[in-house]
Amino acid sequence: MCTTCGCSDKVHASVTDPETGETEALHALDGHHGHDHHHHDHAHGHDHHHGHHDHVHDHATTVALNEEILAKNNRLAERNRGWFAGRDILALNLLSAPGSGKTALLERTLRDLKDELTIQVIEGDQATTQDAERIRATGCKVVQINTGTGCHLEADMLARGLQRLAPPLRSMVMIENVGNLVCPALFDLGERAKIVILSVTEGEDKPIKYPHMFRAVQVMILNKIDLLPYVDFDVERCLAYARQVNPGLRIFQLSATKGTGLADWYGWLRAEMKASCSNSLPLDEEALVRGVRP
Amino acid sequence: MHELGITQGIIELVAERAGGARVNVVRLEIGKLSAIMPDAIRFCFDLCAQDTALDGAQLEIIEIPGRGRCRQCGGELAMEDFLACCECGSIDIECIAGEQLKIKEMEVA
Repeated sequence: MCTTCGCSDKVHASVTDPETGETEALHALDGHHGHDHHHHDHAHGHDHHHGHHDHVHDHATTVALNEEILAKNNRLAERNRGWFAGRDILALNLLSAPGSGKTALLERTLRDLKDELTIQVIEGDQATTQDAERIRATGCKVVQINTGTGCHLEADMLARGLQRLAPPLRSMVMIENVGNLVCPALFDLGERAKIVILSVTEGEDKPIKYPHMFRAVQVMILNKIDLLPYVDFDVERCLAYARQVNPGLRIFQLSATKGTGLADWYGWLRAEMKASCSNSLPLDEEALVRGVRP
Repeated sequence: MHELGITQGIIELVAERAGGARVNVVRLEIGKLSAIMPDAIRFCFDLCAQDTALDGAQLEIIEIPGRGRCRQCGGELAMEDFLACCECGSIDIECIAGEQLKIKEMEVA
């Protein structure tokens, strides 16, 4: 929590470019330290609020608000979504508990597909740039967002990370969220799909223990299936639980380290990439990428 | 504990909409199937409201029970959680209420 005013859980959040080593603090840019945080989102919010001031009088008045509690994040997520759509960029939000193999799956995917797809990565962790360094070692461009005490990525953090990443047109951005099966489910980032990764070293009942997460995603990846002979994990029961909370769930079973089952996952990525391309973009990529910020 | 950041968001939005007026009451609608705990919001509210237009305001949370509609037979049922099962045997249930997170209204002085 902020030591100045105790008012933000995004304190110490930062964006790091591992290539240059440059780090920028997110809260400083928010005007947070100036303590004007009740106003810093005016640029996005004003048009929704004017007109209601008319209802405020000296006597007690009930004013209907009917605003989504997560409205601010949702609006910023829609901005990101539009930014991606205008550039034919496929954005995927990868979610899981810590240690399920998100980064290992990314490393493998980046190495295997680097000759056919341009994939860049936004890494989300509370602290360190270790995951970003692993991704960078594959030759892929990456930006690390550290959330400090925060337990999930939010749409404004992603927008800031995207400014630094500046992904090219017709590319893919993989967003590795903070390892956590609870809050990241609530925060839309503007992605095309959310993907949850569950490994067989975790319990098969995770889908019903964390139903919000498994309901919020479109895809589930069951990872580390090469370890099935050594662990007590009932695959059929796990899949039944997952379908019980989310009947439309797309499921891939694979091992990122051994390479088993990756073909279906890659097939899905190719199809999604194709589906997110509008073929209506101008040719001057440089101007479009540099000229407009998310 | 994501409720802290969420409570800050509620207070920012309400204070802005109050346009400088003092806020006496804030009413929220929180679905029982949402991933938000009303008690955690209550816990954070007074602290977060300090030195804002909502300082000392009363927080009222209306909890909305979960309801679902069966995609097989079309029947409606109460949903305690996401593992609800319809009388017809189907588990393909569409949630039609209980997931909302809404700032319903405020009372200003």
